[in-house]
Amino acid sequence: MKNDRIVGVSVLRKEGRDKVTGQAQYVDDMTLPGMLYGATVRSQIPRGKIKNIAFGSGIAWDEFVIVSAKDIPGKNRIALMANDQPCLAHGAVNHPEEPILLLAHADRHLLPKAVAAVSMEYDPLPGVFTIEESESHSEIIWGTDNTFKTYLIEKGDVDGVWEKADYIVEGEYATGAQEQLYIENNGIIAAFDPQQGITVWGSLQCPYYIHKALMALCNLTEDKVRVVQAETGGAFGGKEEYPSMIAAHAALLAIKSGRPVKIVYDRMEDMAATTKRHPSRTRHRTAVSRDGKILGGEIEFTIDGGAYTTLSPVVLSRGAIHAGGAYYWPSVRISAKAVATNVPPHGAFRGFGAPQSLFALERHMDRIAQVVGLSAAEVRRRNFLRPGQATTTEQIVRDPIDLDKLLNRALELSDYRAKRELFAKENRAGTSRKGMGIAAFLHGAGFTGSGERNLSSVVGVEGCADGKVQVLVSSTEFGQGTKTVLCQIAAETLDLPYEKVEIVQADTNEVPNSGPTVASRTVMVVGKLVQSAALGIRQTLAGSGLLDGSYSAAEFGDACRKQVAAHGRFRSWARYEAPNDVFWDDARYRGEAYAAFAWAVYVAEVTVDLTTYRVSVDDFVALQEVGRVLHPVLARGQIAGGVAQAIGYTLYEKVVWQNGRMQNCQMTNYIMPTSADLPPIRVFFEELGNIHGAFGAKGIGELPMDGPAPAIVNAMEGALKLRFNSIPLLPEDILEALLSDSGRQSEPQPAGGER
Amino acid sequence: MRSDPSDYTLVAPPSLQAVVALLAEEPGAWLPVAGGTDVMVQYAAGTLPLRKLVSIWNLPELRGIEVLPAEIRIGAGCTYTDLREHPLVRREFFLLARAAGWTGGMANQNRGTVGGNIANASPAADSLPALLAYDAELILVSVRGERRLSYRNFHTDYKKTKLASDELIRAICLPRQFAGYISYTRKVGARNAQAISKVCMAALGRTADGVVEDVRIALGSVAPVPLRLAETERLVKGKQIDASLLALARKTAAAEIRPIDDIRSTAKYRTVVAGNLVAEFLAKLGAGAPAA
Amino acid sequence: MTGPLERPTPCELSLHVNGERRTVHVYPMERLLDTLRDRLGLTGTKEGCGEGECGSCSVLMEGALVNSCLVPVLQARDANIVTIEGLAAGSELNDLQQAFLQCGGAQCGICTPGMILAAAHLLHKKPQPTREEIREGLSGNLCRCTGYMQIFEAVAEAARRRGMATP
Repeated sequence: MKNDRIVGVSVLRKEGRDKVTGQAQYVDDMTLPGMLYGATVRSQIPRGKIKNIAFGSGIAWDEFVIVSAKDIPGKNRIALMANDQPCLAHGAVNHPEEPILLLAHADRHLLPKAVAAVSMEYDPLPGVFTIEESESHSEIIWGTDNTFKTYLIEKGDVDGVWEKADYIVEGEYATGAQEQLYIENNGIIAAFDPQQGITVWGSLQCPYYIHKALMALCNLTEDKVRVVQAETGGAFGGKEEYPSMIAAHAALLAIKSGRPVKIVYDRMEDMAATTKRHPSRTRHRTAVSRDGKILGGEIEFTIDGGAYTTLSPVVLSRGAIHAGGAYYWPSVRISAKAVATNVPPHGAFRGFGAPQSLFALERHMDRIAQVVGLSAAEVRRRNFLRPGQATTTEQIVRDPIDLDKLLNRALELSDYRAKRELFAKENRAGTSRKGMGIAAFLHGAGFTGSGERNLSSVVGVEGCADGKVQVLVSSTEFGQGTKTVLCQIAAETLDLPYEKVEIVQADTNEVPNSGPTVASRTVMVVGKLVQSAALGIRQTLAGSGLLDGSYSAAEFGDACRKQVAAHGRFRSWARYEAPNDVFWDDARYRGEAYAAFAWAVYVAEVTVDLTTYRVSVDDFVALQEVGRVLHPVLARGQIAGGVAQAIGYTLYEKVVWQNGRMQNCQMTNYIMPTSADLPPIRVFFEELGNIHGAFGAKGIGELPMDGPAPAIVNAMEGALKLRFNSIPLLPEDILEALLSDSGRQSEPQPAGGER
Repeated sequence: MRSDPSDYTLVAPPSLQAVVALLAEEPGAWLPVAGGTDVMVQYAAGTLPLRKLVSIWNLPELRGIEVLPAEIRIGAGCTYTDLREHPLVRREFFLLARAAGWTGGMANQNRGTVGGNIANASPAADSLPALLAYDAELILVSVRGERRLSYRNFHTDYKKTKLASDELIRAICLPRQFAGYISYTRKVGARNAQAISKVCMAALGRTADGVVEDVRIALGSVAPVPLRLAETERLVKGKQIDASLLALARKTAAAEIRPIDDIRSTAKYRTVVAGNLVAEFLAKLGAGAPAA
Repeated sequence: MTGPLERPTPCELSLHVNGERRTVHVYPMERLLDTLRDRLGLTGTKEGCGEGECGSCSVLMEGALVNSCLVPVLQARDANIVTIEGLAAGSELNDLQQAFLQCGGAQCGICTPGMILAAAHLLHKKPQPTREEIREGLSGNLCRCTGYMQIFEAVAEAARRRGMATP
């Protein structure tokens, strides 16, 4: 790797000063003159027809702005993929907390009382709340068969492997819903002007998603909708699609009242009403040879999408493609489906399907190891993908990745062997049991298949008359370092100091559509476009004779000044072009699924306390190959934060459902780890480069979500010699498992027989 | 935030006398609020039962820890931080100092008061088992004067106490008679900080020649009120601690408690873990380990 | 005493915020959090949960860290309050702010004001805290982005620098 001046250095976060001084402006810090506050009246039942809406006494209703579905100028839909989700329920509801009416008033404090005073009469219908209930078709709640989407990925001759197999190993694995729990709740301010149209400011990831949704909802042309991102206090996918809904609500109130309207959820509403991670069920049936090699298998991957389609097809896609993990499958059949239930629609959350299917796979690999009589490490070694081999979608691995070596390094860093030996001795007595667990996996960065081609992202770089450079992207900052890294890239490319490069606030009036800030694509894909656009600036100035090969910042500034004086605003654009050798077949769901994979091996050390059945993660090694580390502090921060979130997913965060409604929708009873709960998270990187990414970088934002759950549960099995196949695993679940085990007379038989 | 401040009255009389006079004027109409770590949560959720509140935060008569030869008197307005940091509480009333340290985080410890913990009367309250184990007595105050009660049966049912509708807790008295006792306390929650307990235990014991001379076992979160395990104590007193006594104690403890399934945990978990904690305590007592 | 037909009335009260005496006309049950944000324009203090669990609303009241969402403003009458806006001296960041910036202690930034105040409170009580003491001192401040690692590093770094500075 060349010795870059800025890329590879931990420069200060671009907006960091504002954040540490409390100056950063989040949406609830903003007020507009004449602003009203908005609130949402929501369904109390999971499914049924709305018979009557009554406005109770004790409220001065004439002071309130009231909006229903009838007030929607355009289509009563939140435009996303299938356009099946109403903005406001009209006549029928399909999940608890479904929005029905909107209220606004100048006094924020009057709204909760007003919302409570609206009463709905329903004709309830039976609700469906689990994958199994949905599959049973006892009630058809969506389409003709409750199925949003299916995928079939086939490779090789699956039906022929069973007779060749020495072992057939089966397993069923499940994951629960998870709340993103960004510390800043969802919020939007909308303002409407008959000439200018709608403007919204808010906590959001994808300004152009909202732009598209508001155009259709409000029947406005694209120049009459403007979306501006405010400083956003965490997102994790939870603000990918949901903000379109809350923006739509604020916009409708603004249109009706003629005043700006702010809607900010409180924690209870945000947790109960907005998207969560899709619960999943994965069934594996694997044909394995005597020496522990996967011959082939069937993987059935099902996710619960909630009441409307939203992004379930894409979550399903990613989960299905990752279901085979970092291993070579000579043949495989992956049948994936997303089903409907009467709960608030599930949505994007860091990892986006991969944490679910990889949990199952990495648990299943340990199962295969047991059946065949190999160690967890060895079974993986014998099946790892090697450069030149094809993935489950027949993508050839081009990275010179040596997963065996990566595994060995992770085992060394975690002192795996010595600890396992020690624990085997210590576990014979005492009030706790310790274990070590491994997870090996990959994560594809960027949009799947033809996704990036379809997005056709555009990026701009502007040379200003004062010598500053502006990066123009719709990619948003919400803690992961978008602003910092994109400015680093531009500064490096232009040979300028980091301080000379700025990034414009994401505002659809000012920046092109560089695609959504999702899918771990920002540094890799958008960053590469920033590089191109920055080069364009250099080339134009060189072409105009204003700049030589090497120059000072002052000379650059001078050249820009002259360029602007001569030709007006000086911007260079770059549009995404799909690489020639990357081909994806949408029909057969086969080919180059991702432009780049990052690879990882994680190792967890756990203690299970037999007095309280609580699990503590005592040490965690996160080792990953990421192409190139562009900013060490930010990269380490991403991995540590993702591992922490995944530890929550595994051991702490349980959504308690009752009739489709989240019961524990407060921070006091939805439990995320505090500083006193987490282990030292030790982060290590390797770099193999990436021709498709800026400066060789691969996306890393979501990768750390995939490994911790199976690594921890593998470790727990090592500690207790009990199989756990679903998460979250709370102490109560561990106690149940221990009680059932001690009740059993003999060792459980391995699922599937030995042949 | 689901309450409207304009619907609520809050007054802050300058003295304890003025506060109890107000409570006597309209019994049951005024909700005392000290550090607000319970009351303000209900307020934000829109579930406060009363609209009139009287602040007792920082009343000098309720602060301070008085050290007397035979007992200490902890002002009901003492915060968890006050308890954690007081050298005598740390030295002689370890169970209480420890419980104060695992309530909330630093911010909630700086505001939560032991009086509030008692008056709010949640069976999951962190300091209550310690007070039971130490045989605390409460000094209650009203316009009628002061009265002193054993804390032992102060909680009558879920969130109900013997406090009269115009009374305040003034002080908590702890007898200084536990030198040489072995202390054991453990809180089991969903995480290591900021957690409402699923099971919480505070216990004390003293042995001579391996025989239990005195034992006190108090549990929170396993019944509508915090409990002393009277039967289990009776069983253990006067006996040698061995494996069969531990097994019997578990059984007796399980029969004495009345845990429920709720949003945080299950009755089964609470029962098994309570039994484990009792056994762990008795094992420690039997081993004659020093107070820790 | 209020009779059955009397409505609560707002009152005038003063508090000392970041060294300045401020007077507000408020209902006594207004949350200190809302007084700071909505009346005094000090929006650096944030609301993350409204129930005293996340610590985003942490401020110093008479030198003690408190969750301002749980303080009725009447109880802050005449009190000395320090918010995040009161930490930096003019345009110069204080050492904790500097350390958070350098060590990556702030990602999305929403927990940061409360976290920095909690760290300030901790270092005031324990100038050279162990890693365990840092963990405990910050355990009432939730961060969803960082996994806390770089926050611990920032606090340790600030403590280290302070330790070097004092003779």
